[in-house]
Amino acid sequence: MIYLDNAATTRTAPEVVSEMLPYFSELYGNPSSIYGIAQESKAAIDKARESIAHVIGSRTDEIYFTSCGSESDNWALKAAFEAYGDKGKHIITTKIEHPAIRNTCEYLERERGAEITWLDVDSEGRVDPAAVERAIRPDTILISVMTANNEIGTIEPVREIGEIARAHHVLFHTDAVQAFGQIPLNVDELHVDMLSASGHKFNGPKGVGFLYIRRDVKIRSFLHGGAQEHNRRAGTENVPGIVGIGAAARRAETYLGDKIKKEIGLRNYLIHQIRANVPNVKLNGPDPEAPVQTHQSQNVQHQNAFQGQFVNQEQSVYKEGSLHQDEDIQKHCALTSDLGNRLPNNVNFSFEFVEGESLLIMLDMRQICASSGSACSSGSLSPSHVLKAIGLSDSLAHGALRMTLSEENTKEELDTVVLAIRDIVRRLRGMSPKYEAYLSGNEQAETEAVYSETAAE
Amino acid sequence: MSGGVDSSTAAYLLKKQGYNVIGVTMQIWQEESECRMQAEGGCCGISAVEDARRVARVLDIPYYVMNFRDVFQKKVIDYFVREYLDGRTPNPCIACNRYVKWESLLQRSLEIGADYIATGHYARIRHLENGRFAIANSATAAKDQTYALYGLTQEQLAHTLMPVGDYTKPEIRAIAEEAGLPVAHKHDSQEICFVPDGDYASFIERETGRKLPSGNFVTREGKILGKHRGIIHYTVGQRRGLDLPMGERVFVTEIRPDTNEVVIGKGADVYADTLKANHLTFMGIPDLPLGEAQHFLAKIRYNHRGTGCTVRRTGEDEITCIFDEPVRAVTPGQAIVYYRDGYVAGGGIIQ
Repeated sequence: MIYLDNAATTRTAPEVVSEMLPYFSELYGNPSSIYGIAQESKAAIDKARESIAHVIGSRTDEIYFTSCGSESDNWALKAAFEAYGDKGKHIITTKIEHPAIRNTCEYLERERGAEITWLDVDSEGRVDPAAVERAIRPDTILISVMTANNEIGTIEPVREIGEIARAHHVLFHTDAVQAFGQIPLNVDELHVDMLSASGHKFNGPKGVGFLYIRRDVKIRSFLHGGAQEHNRRAGTENVPGIVGIGAAARRAETYLGDKIKKEIGLRNYLIHQIRANVPNVKLNGPDPEAPVQTHQSQNVQHQNAFQGQFVNQEQSVYKEGSLHQDEDIQKHCALTSDLGNRLPNNVNFSFEFVEGESLLIMLDMRQICASSGSACSSGSLSPSHVLKAIGLSDSLAHGALRMTLSEENTKEELDTVVLAIRDIVRRLRGMSPKYEAYLSGNEQAETEAVYSETAAE
Repeated sequence: MSGGVDSSTAAYLLKKQGYNVIGVTMQIWQEESECRMQAEGGCCGISAVEDARRVARVLDIPYYVMNFRDVFQKKVIDYFVREYLDGRTPNPCIACNRYVKWESLLQRSLEIGADYIATGHYARIRHLENGRFAIANSATAAKDQTYALYGLTQEQLAHTLMPVGDYTKPEIRAIAEEAGLPVAHKHDSQEICFVPDGDYASFIERETGRKLPSGNFVTREGKILGKHRGIIHYTVGQRRGLDLPMGERVFVTEIRPDTNEVVIGKGADVYADTLKANHLTFMGIPDLPLGEAQHFLAKIRYNHRGTGCTVRRTGEDEITCIFDEPVRAVTPGQAIVYYRDGYVAGGGIIQ
């Protein structure tokens, strides 16, 4: 099996599991009790809280454990809406948020009278901070912009937005479920007031997440009941899960530099190989291979310099079996802009004249796990709202394939995947009436743009 | 796989016969949010997916959900709405079979390397002496399942298996139980799947986003009898829900979308001995040459038992049917399907 769906979930790291295990059958005390094993549980939770606080540079009492990223998002939005009701009912968000944000905003709009501004994104999925600023009104109570997009990997200009929010005294929440543990995040540098994350996205267990809430935010409790989590989130703590998310956070922090370096190398290799082997494809999201353009900011030049370094080091990157600290990167990665604006592990392609669904099924038949967009409860596919927001036609959106890597993937695996994609796409196009029409020159408009893009390389 | 007993058992039977079976559920109309609210029933809700997935697990076959919402909207729902607005009574299952199941699903299945699609229909595919494939009712079927399949092409039939067609429903339930399929006792699906409450008029109003105007009930001679609630609430042959104090049984005999009128008549007026149909397809017979006539058994709606009928080709895309005895409620928009020796010979849409 080749696993390329790390944005859906990751393998729980064995060392994380070993840390969790004692808290099932040995140290099973309820952390709210007073006796010895209860204190063990309490201490384990504190340690996890410290670990996470350390990663994002917050105080420990600003970290609240939840059951998942979606709960964190729900809590942030609904509770902020209640707590800041005196100020207004206006929330600013984007058109590419995860359903946990999108559907919660729609709920607040429909049932609670919230007014939502849904910001557009550019063709790479990036929100314009100036548009955020323009959308702010006197009654704006919350801005929620994801740190990085789950489908196309775009890293949003969170820091710029944070500065704007701060300047206008508007609360700023970021859904960092896809970003935490993947790229460096610091809540003070980014000026975020609330941040959501989920354990299983960074080699922790499922069923546990956290919400960072800055100390001066007046947010209320979400689950009412006992006094757990400083009275703000009732319910007996998921001790093994919390231990797991803490262990995973420590692990992610330790290996982050190497992980990023290795994933960027693999990612760029995969992007390059697909383009070299499969015609009529479109990379969705920011393009790491794109030449630096004059109108782009200095940050982007940094990014290309940074990534170029990894591309050149490709060979050595693959040879490195073990993960170790890389001081240089550790230092520089403190700034998300140095990473460029795409998650290191995200690849998303649209294959013209191909139904993404068929492609996925045939990859599955070859034991290759990928995804078409965000996984949904029924396992079916809807046209992705993210791909629509970046301007893709329905047919290109339906032909999308997301592959999200981990540092455990190998170049050999990617070679296998590229060959599989090439063969499958060839087969599917061979059976596609649209492709036939295209070949005989009858297909117009929609395909032209994409084709000229690929041809330009 | 709808998650029901028939398609589940079909998968089981094929696997037992040595086929390499892949389970597929078609996602065709429901939004996820609605899915979760619908606890049970219907053929395409989330519980259907869950049930089908469980069955696939028991059978140890790969299972996928495929999305056909776009094509279903275009070819089935839009057509359904358009027909009602035109004062006709469509059969969406026919459109679904022809354009969604046996066009899009078949195409997708062939793409991923399958040779056939198989369904849980109680019907058989016969290879006739004239070389053609035709659908035949399974001798024991309580309900006819051939009518809605009359539009399939030869190519489609060549790639279709209907393994439950050799059994009765109780036999299939017994097989499912013996095989340990978790759906052996599930109820049959009813009604049109995308209108689970059966309220077509409200559905059409939701789809079009407008309320259709009321108009007049009239006699054939044009005498106004009262107000109707909008033509989409009525179908030819309908007696109930008219609210007309006529002192005798009256029926809808015609719907006139141009003048927004619903024509009312007495018992005898609902009977006709002739009809014209177009959108012709042929299954068991290759064609019916222009001017030629043949005698068949014909059904003019799903639950019609069938009436003898002479079918004459009267145009490039037109047949004229003369029934041996008058038939009740010839309804524009429904299909006429004509049979010979139990197999589907051909059909068309009633005008």
